[in-house]
Amino acid sequence: MTVADGPSWNPITDLQQMWSFPFMVNAFRAGTIVAVLAAAIGHFMVLRRQSFAGHTLSLIGFPGAAGAVLIGVAAGYGYFAFCLAGAAVIALLPRIGHGGYSEESAVTGTVQAFALACGFLFVALYRGFLNSVNALLFGSFLGITTAQVTVLGIVAVVALSILAVIGRPLAFASIDPEVALARNVPVRALSIAFLLLLGAATAEVSQITGTLLVFALLVMPAATAQAVTTAPMRALALAIMIGLIVTWLGLSLAYYTPFPVGFFVTSLAFAGYLGSQLIRHTRRGRTTADLSASGIVP
Amino acid sequence: MTWPPFLLYALLAGTAIAAAVGLVGYFVVLRAQVFTGDALSHVAFTGALAALALGIDQRIGLFAATIGVGVVLGVLGDRGRADDVVIGSVFAWILGLGVFFLSLYTSRRSATNGTASVDVLFGSLFGLSLSRAVTSALIAALIVTGMIAIARPLLFASIDGAVAAARGIPVRLLGYGFLALVGAAAAEASQAVGALLLLGLLAAPAGTAQRLTTRPYPALFLSAGLAVATVWAGLLFSYLLPVLSPSFAILAVAAGGYLLTLLITRHRPPVEAR
Repeated sequence: MTVADGPSWNPITDLQQMWSFPFMVNAFRAGTIVAVLAAAIGHFMVLRRQSFAGHTLSLIGFPGAAGAVLIGVAAGYGYFAFCLAGAAVIALLPRIGHGGYSEESAVTGTVQAFALACGFLFVALYRGFLNSVNALLFGSFLGITTAQVTVLGIVAVVALSILAVIGRPLAFASIDPEVALARNVPVRALSIAFLLLLGAATAEVSQITGTLLVFALLVMPAATAQAVTTAPMRALALAIMIGLIVTWLGLSLAYYTPFPVGFFVTSLAFAGYLGSQLIRHTRRGRTTADLSASGIVP
Repeated sequence: MTWPPFLLYALLAGTAIAAAVGLVGYFVVLRAQVFTGDALSHVAFTGALAALALGIDQRIGLFAATIGVGVVLGVLGDRGRADDVVIGSVFAWILGLGVFFLSLYTSRRSATNGTASVDVLFGSLFGLSLSRAVTSALIAALIVTGMIAIARPLLFASIDGAVAAARGIPVRLLGYGFLALVGAAAAEASQAVGALLLLGLLAAPAGTAQRLTTRPYPALFLSAGLAVATVWAGLLFSYLLPVLSPSFAILAVAAGGYLLTLLITRHRPPVEAR
């Protein structure tokens, strides 16, 4: 990588300088696509309390990506294949992830560790650049080709169109599944469709943040937005905005410093999440104080 | 047949670590605290790399981080469990911090030790020196002694906490002590199979043992025995087929054994969480 001289603190010059490198342009394009898709899918994921499924899917994606590198295909295809297949399996085994039995968590833990071990085996078999492990696990924005950006874009457009069609009934089924079922909403089919969308989104996010840090773009922006506002459309728009800001800032910081993009993206997203929790607490505290001052609440 | 020293060291450390992790893992699964193991695997990575970045022995960072966080989780756990969004966000951030320490470390040491993070994440049982193997085995022996010492009251407290408390067993203190031992075992396991894979070694033998018998003491020692057998088989496979790293071979044996047991005993009802 060509070493940058450091920011001039003039945003326009800095952007011009960053974007004079094609890989940075591609990184921003890919990051933008992924941030929008992840925030939209993440919104429903947080609503449905399925963040655990997202975590498991991302770990399943790791051997897929490593295996794709091993057989000489772009890692992105491996992510898509394994994440979508994993989503289909989880959809067929509806009990996994609800944690009623201690045995189930033992099975999940074993499956996760084994998936990571398989990925490690593929990387070791590849005998290539050992840093590729770190890139797969913790994300990298270098070397994203225009073809990959196109694939990311097509998948994102397809996934977002499906989400736009099923969005309303999905929100209904997520908030109150029993009433939705009584109203003839196909709850089960919606849940399977959503898991497949989640698989696609997880595969996309993994390519930017790496397997281990998908929460940064998939969960944290949506959770932050839902802590600040309860209106669904506003929360969705806010989540997308937070995702975009976190990604853009993270990429810029990673460009100007020697530290990896995964660190900045998680730290920024986590800072936002902490901030939203603080806002919620002070707001709740104030309303209770106001109410008790006016004598409504003792 | 002459045994190369690295295999002997790996067997020495691996056996002791597996026995400790098997004993601890049984209680982790019984008390439905697999999630704690997951948390510790994230913390182990960041602790070890923080120690490397600060230039101290990575084992000090490893043990300090896992034991400390184990006890903190125990204290927090009393006040109800946080939901999975909070937990996941904190874990992701901890890992992000670990990556930060990693880049600090590699940029300062001019990448002479570029495999450090891979070793921390996925273990390097065949890379142990004699002194490290002996230290690991001694610490593991201490964990085993501790577990056997508290096994009886801990079993009582895990199965029926209220009755145990009424009988004068310090249930809460026992829980903290146990979590400290889980932390120590996690640090040991991450030296053997790595921070990312220790969850498998913790959960798989214990899950298998619970499937095979419902009586607690046989299950406890079966879990330890299975863990040791898993590590031996894994090391043997890895030695005969150098393509397989020891960590992968151990995890493959553990997961395969668990799957086989689940298939054989699939008509039995699962063990309920307590």
